[in-house]
Amino acid sequence: MIDFEPTPEQKEAVKVAHEFARELFRPVSRYYDEQEHESPQELIDKTWGERNKGTLALGLDVTASLRIEELCWGDAGLFLCVPGPGLGGAAIFASGTKEQLQRFLGSFNEGEPKWGAMAMTEPGCGSDTSAITATATRDGDEWVLNGEKIFVTWGKRAAENPGGLVVVWATVDKSAGRAGMKSFVVPAKTSGMRVEKLEKKLGIRASDTATLIFDNCRIPFENILGSAEVKKVDKSQTKGFKGAMATFDATRPIVAAMAIGVGRAALDFVKETLEKEGITIQYGIPKQKLTALERDVIEMEANFKAAKLLTLRALWMMSQFQPNNLEASMAKAKAGLAVTKITQKAVEIMGPLGYSRKYLLEKWMRDAKINDIFEGTGQINMLIVARRVLDYSRDQLK
Amino acid sequence: MISFSPTEEQQMIVSMTKQFANDEMRKIYRECDENEEIPTSVIDTAWKMGLTSSSIPEDYGGSGGEHSAITGSLIGEELAWGDLSMTMHILCPALFAYPVLEMGTDMQKKKYLPLFCNEQYKAATAALIEPYFGFDPYSLSTTARPDGNGYVLNGEKCYVPLAAEADLFLVYAAENGSSKAFIVEKGTNGLEVGEREKNMGIKALATYELSLKNCRIPKENRLGSENGCDFSRIMNCSRVALSAMATGVAKAAFEYSRDYAKDRVAFGDPIASRQAIAFMLAEIAIEIDATRLMTWEAAWRLDRKEDATKEASLVRAYADDMVMMATDRAVQILGGHGYVREHPAELWLRNGRGFVTFDGMAIV
Repeated sequence: MIDFEPTPEQKEAVKVAHEFARELFRPVSRYYDEQEHESPQELIDKTWGERNKGTLALGLDVTASLRIEELCWGDAGLFLCVPGPGLGGAAIFASGTKEQLQRFLGSFNEGEPKWGAMAMTEPGCGSDTSAITATATRDGDEWVLNGEKIFVTWGKRAAENPGGLVVVWATVDKSAGRAGMKSFVVPAKTSGMRVEKLEKKLGIRASDTATLIFDNCRIPFENILGSAEVKKVDKSQTKGFKGAMATFDATRPIVAAMAIGVGRAALDFVKETLEKEGITIQYGIPKQKLTALERDVIEMEANFKAAKLLTLRALWMMSQFQPNNLEASMAKAKAGLAVTKITQKAVEIMGPLGYSRKYLLEKWMRDAKINDIFEGTGQINMLIVARRVLDYSRDQLK
Repeated sequence: MISFSPTEEQQMIVSMTKQFANDEMRKIYRECDENEEIPTSVIDTAWKMGLTSSSIPEDYGGSGGEHSAITGSLIGEELAWGDLSMTMHILCPALFAYPVLEMGTDMQKKKYLPLFCNEQYKAATAALIEPYFGFDPYSLSTTARPDGNGYVLNGEKCYVPLAAEADLFLVYAAENGSSKAFIVEKGTNGLEVGEREKNMGIKALATYELSLKNCRIPKENRLGSENGCDFSRIMNCSRVALSAMATGVAKAAFEYSRDYAKDRVAFGDPIASRQAIAFMLAEIAIEIDATRLMTWEAAWRLDRKEDATKEASLVRAYADDMVMMATDRAVQILGGHGYVREHPAELWLRNGRGFVTFDGMAIV
């Protein structure tokens, strides 16, 4: 049955997450934006405590989407500091064995705060992840990793805090192309893995974005996710790469949900400010009677709603175990772009209030932009949607 | 619980409607557009599917199914995918029947609803739009003045579908400045059906100007009698129906231009293999899905008898833009072939532009 009513549990989850966002995130939002790379320790400890109670658990379902929207309404950069298995965990879920799930994530929630990161991008390759040059060479019972990974979200926290992990994408056989691409779990503090630098960014400044160097980094053989075998069956249909792509089906709607949180923060700010000025947006009046401002706000709201519903659908499908590759990319492409535009328009509408660092709106505009970039740029997601709706392979539509 | 899957019953209705749209409407829509006429046979076949009577209670002769805006949206999309003119013709009686079903008095229901439960198509319609720039449904120029035991209606209407053959009209008029609905039967003095209109699109649908000159109707013909009707709800039901139909038209344009782009070779490859074309199609696909989900959400609110003004207005505005974008691009993707009437893209573009104008011409 088509239904848009959250369950009582989901409503409660939203309420709890919203309280966190309002009381724990918003008051320190500006501070950690200005003090880039300073660790929000209190927030980390508190959210970690909640995590073990399950109140902030982020699965791959509608509830997660609703929670993430609230937390990112609070602050997207700080949301990316909340400890958890994160993208590394998503990769293990998508392509790990039961034994690996147990070994890497079984006791992840115990003890001190931990993070799980995914290291895929390199200086020479971003969206074209099949061009990865980092190598994994087998040496007896071990893999030896070598290479440089950049733009690793929460990479420093994952690599340096005990119990954390980094999922690294590397090739075991360069001549095999995509078929040679595999992912490996590197536990935090493994020797040979080091943080080279932290990026200074346009937005989400509270989140660390790290460069990780792998210099003869040795991990156990059984830390490879999926099979070690290189199967050159069909260039475009290979399991290692599929594993990475399956991960994206799960993480793209999550990023879309993040975008939605930021977009709502900006929309709420605009509407509250207008209300204080005695301007209420009326719905249902004819187009020719709308002011330019009303038109703008209505367009923002409609696009927001479009993005949100596409996102909920993608995660709902995931929770129903339905293939959601197309819908995940639709949600990501739409939400990333819609929220980028919504926040930019909000700054325009709010004029001096929008541009000033006295308010958070300008920050949200900067934060929003990342959602149109990471986990596949808007263009990459459009390409995926295009291939799916045209039923084209990557060779047919490049 | 948040869910995006239609019920089994809805899926059955969708598949039946889809088949009708494909087997019947798609066979003749170009001919209908050129001749500005729809064969009665196709209307009769559609009527037998019981799309309108199925939600009329058994007491009034219907099959007593649930009257659902979500189901209505699903049907509207599928039919409009087939052809918009025929869709509006087929569903035209609902413009009268549904407001009576939802807001009529017992007397009104008893008198009028059984008429829609016969084997034979029952032409009935509604008159909302007025031929002025700045037309606003909430501020109508047509007036209803209480006078003794009845009302006197005065004003000009346009885009009244099937006015020439309709026996029953639901006329919207301002009563003390607020929009209300009044039942006017064919032959009432002062009710004059004008010339058939000539429009850019929906050419196969017969629409008319209508004038009301001191048109006197009995008191009990005010929809909902003393309580009147919930005009905002009627508008919201219309917005949802139009959004669903816009989704259907856009989907037709999308599928056709997609298939064309895969077939048409330029510089050695199908044009769909170029990102300039492929990205247009990807965007259309995304926006169609987004509009459909927004339509469902607004419809869901209507089904819960909640105020859906915000959701319905947002999706209507969104759908108006979306269908224009989708149909314009379909023409663009076909290039010169999109501009000629051998292909349907130009027809969908003409129909697509109409949605901004079609206030109150469809209802769920």
